[in-house]
Amino acid sequence: MAESRHLGDIILKIDHISLSFGGIKALVDISFQVRRGEFLAIIGPNGAGKSSMLNVINGVYHPQTGTVTYKGETRHHMPPHRAAELGIGRTFQNIALFKGMTVLDNIKTGRSLKIKPNFLMNAIWFGPARREELEHRRKVEEIIDFLRLEDIRRTPVGMLPYGLQKRVELGRALAAEPDLLLLDEPMAGMNIEEKQAMCRFALDVNDEFGTTVVLIEHDMGVVMDISDRVVVLDYGRKIADGTPDEVRQNPEVIKAYLGVGH
Amino acid sequence: MIYRETGQYKSNYGADEQIFPIRQDRIGVMIILALAYLVVPFIGNDYWFSAILIPFLVLSLAAIGLNLLTGYAGQLSLGSAGFMAVGAFAAYNFMLRIEGMPFLLGFILAGLSAAAVGIVFGLPSLRVKGFYLAAATLASQFFIEWVLTKFPWFTNYSASGVITAQKMVLFGYAFDTPVSRYVLTLVIVTLLALVAKNLVRTRTGRDWMAIRDMDVAAEVIGIPMLKTKLLAFAISSFYLGVAGALWAYCYLGTVEPQAFELTRSFQLLFIIIIGGMGTIVGAFFGAAFIVFFPIFLNLFTSTVFAGQLDPGMLSHLEQFVFGSLIIFFLIVEPLGLARLWQLGKQKLRLWPFPH
Repeated sequence: MAESRHLGDIILKIDHISLSFGGIKALVDISFQVRRGEFLAIIGPNGAGKSSMLNVINGVYHPQTGTVTYKGETRHHMPPHRAAELGIGRTFQNIALFKGMTVLDNIKTGRSLKIKPNFLMNAIWFGPARREELEHRRKVEEIIDFLRLEDIRRTPVGMLPYGLQKRVELGRALAAEPDLLLLDEPMAGMNIEEKQAMCRFALDVNDEFGTTVVLIEHDMGVVMDISDRVVVLDYGRKIADGTPDEVRQNPEVIKAYLGVGH
Repeated sequence: MIYRETGQYKSNYGADEQIFPIRQDRIGVMIILALAYLVVPFIGNDYWFSAILIPFLVLSLAAIGLNLLTGYAGQLSLGSAGFMAVGAFAAYNFMLRIEGMPFLLGFILAGLSAAAVGIVFGLPSLRVKGFYLAAATLASQFFIEWVLTKFPWFTNYSASGVITAQKMVLFGYAFDTPVSRYVLTLVIVTLLALVAKNLVRTRTGRDWMAIRDMDVAAEVIGIPMLKTKLLAFAISSFYLGVAGALWAYCYLGTVEPQAFELTRSFQLLFIIIIGGMGTIVGAFFGAAFIVFFPIFLNLFTSTVFAGQLDPGMLSHLEQFVFGSLIIFFLIVEPLGLARLWQLGKQKLRLWPFPH
């Protein structure tokens, strides 16, 4: 599958990132690159620093050293709102939906940056305010259609089951039409059918919209099946980087996952 | 049977994004507005206008303002009465010091002054949340009261600290009867309620709710924290400022800073809690509960227990019953009367067949 798709230039370049919290080294001298259109998985045991890596990419954490280059713009620290403006979308490991709002409103909020009229126009529901609300409603409905959320669009997300909440969160991230989508364990805690559905959605996003995807996942079967390339972290260090087959045979990876005989 | 949306098909998003997508709701609102504008002014008496309906409307407006900030944007505030005071005294001073200032412009300037003060006192919200923010806004409440009492310029050196609202004249028509003031208040409240509804159904309101529900996710989406929170403080304070001006000009006529004490802030907070946080209609329900209920209770106790209990006892009894009812309501429906209303409508859609 990887061969059949055209991979573009480098969209994201991580250079010698180190991040520590007090004495704890979450990330140590990490470097890797992501190409446009690629489906990259980051794997590693618990506490390996996977989520920290995503948090560095979209600016939630500030690394002590190193730089992040995104679309040719090199930064030591990327503020989260700047990351959003530049087209980095994100879902969270622990669902971070807006619980009191409906599915529709959650996904609409994902598009907030694209909705231009200011509050004075909104206040009177006049001209551009009304026009844009309706236009964005149409786009949001496309996402609802894509993720099969039609029947629950008016339901407050707090009342939805876990699997659907994860799907709504993907929808919210997609609403911003991101170029780079960071998915933090989108399939954690799901049963096999839900996992399959979520894999399908992630692959479709990658295929149909050409969105670059960086995925964190624990399920090895899933990772090996759907990703173009795998980066393996262990105790904050990068221990492997390659195609699923290469990574599978890497002795370091086997050691990290299975332990080593004495 | 009557309340059902069966057969009301929508073929465009405009129809689906209306404030009241269900036809029966639209008709209901029209009937209420028609009653308020065309019937009540002719059948009400002065007591009803000046002692019940005007305070009800003004408190509803103030509660909408607080609800935008606390219910929608999730910023707990105890300074609402302070912002009302800013509005009342700003309106007074603008009209006093600028010759020929139309009173409606004065009200708008009152709202804008309150908004400016609100932005300043909203700054701590960038660092503190929840109860700590409530404590910070409490400071604004005391500070504003103190400034208005301490510097006599604000009360135009009135010896008692009491100001008398100027006459309200529009194109030669003076709003000097209770019924005219009622209609004036009604127009302003209707317009501002509509504006609030528009704000909360567009990006502005969604950004507020996003910050309320999950601020980290909101930031990652790209919603600017600073701007969104301060906008909530500004708009909320604008509403409170206009409400304060109406309180002085349409309700009391003469006010002192003590009319806007902390008790009033708490009252507004109770209104939105009882009415329903994060709803516009809840502000009206809550204000109605707070204003009408003690009157009914008073009427009830004074007819039933008249002559049997002494009046002092009676008034204590009323407060006791009122307090218990608030607790009862909150246990039955913690999300407020607006939620009860919504549930009622849901039931009505299916009635009389439960499935």
